[in-house]
Amino acid sequence: MINKTDDHMIVFEDVSKFYGEILGVNRVTLSIEPGITSLVGPNGSGKTTLMNLMTGLIRPTRGRMSVLGLKPDHPEVFFRKVGYCSQFDSFPRALSGFQFIQSYLRVHGYSKRVSQDLAWKALHRVELLEAAHLKIGAYSKGMRQRVRLAQAIAHEPVVMIMDEPLNGLDPMARAETIRLFRQLAGEGLHLIISSHILHEVDMMSDSVILLNNGYVVAEGEIHGVRSEMEEHPMQILIRCDRPGLLAARVFEQDSVVEAKIHKDRRGLFIKTRDADAFYLLLNNIVVEDGLTVESVAPVDDDINAVYQYLIGGGEAA
Amino acid sequence: MSASTGVIDEMKSSRDRNWSLWAGQIAAILRLEVRKNFIGKRAILIYLLAAVPILLMAAVTAQMSFEQSRQNNIGEINIVFANLYEGLILRTIVFFGCAWIFMNLFRGEVVDRSIHYYFLSPLRREVLVCGKYLSGLVASVVLFGITTAGSLFFLYVWLSSAGASIGFDKSQAFAYFGITVLGCIGYGAAFMVIGLFFRNPIIPGLLVYGWEWINFLLPPVLKKISIIHYLHSLSPVPVPEGPFAMVAEPTPAYLSIPGLLILTAVVLAFASFQIRRMQINYGGE
Repeated sequence: MINKTDDHMIVFEDVSKFYGEILGVNRVTLSIEPGITSLVGPNGSGKTTLMNLMTGLIRPTRGRMSVLGLKPDHPEVFFRKVGYCSQFDSFPRALSGFQFIQSYLRVHGYSKRVSQDLAWKALHRVELLEAAHLKIGAYSKGMRQRVRLAQAIAHEPVVMIMDEPLNGLDPMARAETIRLFRQLAGEGLHLIISSHILHEVDMMSDSVILLNNGYVVAEGEIHGVRSEMEEHPMQILIRCDRPGLLAARVFEQDSVVEAKIHKDRRGLFIKTRDADAFYLLLNNIVVEDGLTVESVAPVDDDINAVYQYLIGGGEAA
Repeated sequence: MSASTGVIDEMKSSRDRNWSLWAGQIAAILRLEVRKNFIGKRAILIYLLAAVPILLMAAVTAQMSFEQSRQNNIGEINIVFANLYEGLILRTIVFFGCAWIFMNLFRGEVVDRSIHYYFLSPLRREVLVCGKYLSGLVASVVLFGITTAGSLFFLYVWLSSAGASIGFDKSQAFAYFGITVLGCIGYGAAFMVIGLFFRNPIIPGLLVYGWEWINFLLPPVLKKISIIHYLHSLSPVPVPEGPFAMVAEPTPAYLSIPGLLILTAVVLAFASFQIRRMQINYGGE
């Protein structure tokens, strides 16, 4: 049952969606808190289905979901708080970017003046002011992506759902857009973003939901998800002056399962099931043996590694 | 002020706000949709369709003007026009024009993958149905109203100016215009529902077309389950339906007009109810 604390969260309770006999998502139970949450998974894993369910474009075959305690059955309330930037690259004909955004703000019920102000503000946020009066038909792919984003944020929702919002953007625009997302998240908004560009997910996300074949295979803060994967020991590279000494001492810990000296003999790769315990041991070694450590870097403590282990079925880099 | 009075005032105020919001939203949908209906590739076909009767009437009128020896009289002209109006304008141009305009209101946007912009707005779907329907009505009434007026113009005004001994019957012109409007209202509602609920609306559209065409063969009870029966009853000049027609008393205007409007309201209410359950899955279209 959806309770009062769900007023601040996006909640899925045992939600399944089938398209005939084809599985969209199955038995999804989630509670998503404010901040940037990325949906990650291969094509057909159920990311778009999950987003379409959140916004009521499709209905669950089973289970229930709510966004801040609201359901899409009441669009007149729901979509004042929710904005969805879908992946559908289509627009009403013969409209400029400004007309497109302003027209749909009028459909929301805003007055002419307010809708104009909001449209300009949204276009400014996605840096599309110069092209505001050009017909969308003349826009590049990146501009179409940005005008869709502007349309989704124009009514200033508190929940933003975005399906591959970085697709088609050049590197500068990607960086700007990620900065905008971080800014919106900082303002307390929920941002649900699907993406297949893992290093960007790693860079911007507060938490991730990994999907595969319609199932949620992992969810939570990236490092938390990684640390729970005990079957894949954490890989850490320590750059230091005496890797041989370090290699000899790391096996004091049972949790260290492998150590390998780097090709340049200036570092040591280790694999451990308990990274925190290893860092304590490393401190001791530095103090006791005078080891000079240049850097300590987890090699596979990121979304890319998590993805490879859980979905890719292969070894992380 | 008592608590109950306060509650009632609050309810009234909330209702007023809702009506005002819905009116504003319908106006916004109208602005978007009317533009779409009149501009774009899909509109070209409608313009051509709407122009056909005017061009044909112009040709007929020109031919009749040349045949100066023939005694043109008002009775003959009226029957010629009534037949052309019902056979060509009403049963063909208004029918297919409304089919094209109203079926595309929802189906066209699903094909274009743009209906989700409405579905993602804080907009009751019933209000969307009203806005879309009204926009189709504006487009169809303007276009086919011009078709009707243009045809009448060529038939009556041009002949009058050419010296033919006939007058311009304003009441008949209003009657024909009214039938065109009612045709748009009735066919519009029917085709909008077909466009909403059938992935391929052509087959049900053709079935409706067949049903409307064989109306003259149907027994009186079945005749009443059609739009053309009521429109035919309103014709200012009786149009014979041929030797095989099943004769039925025409429905009087005071019944046929409200009947058509009530039928339209029922169809729109059904559409409003059904659209609440509509899901968008462009991939499956």
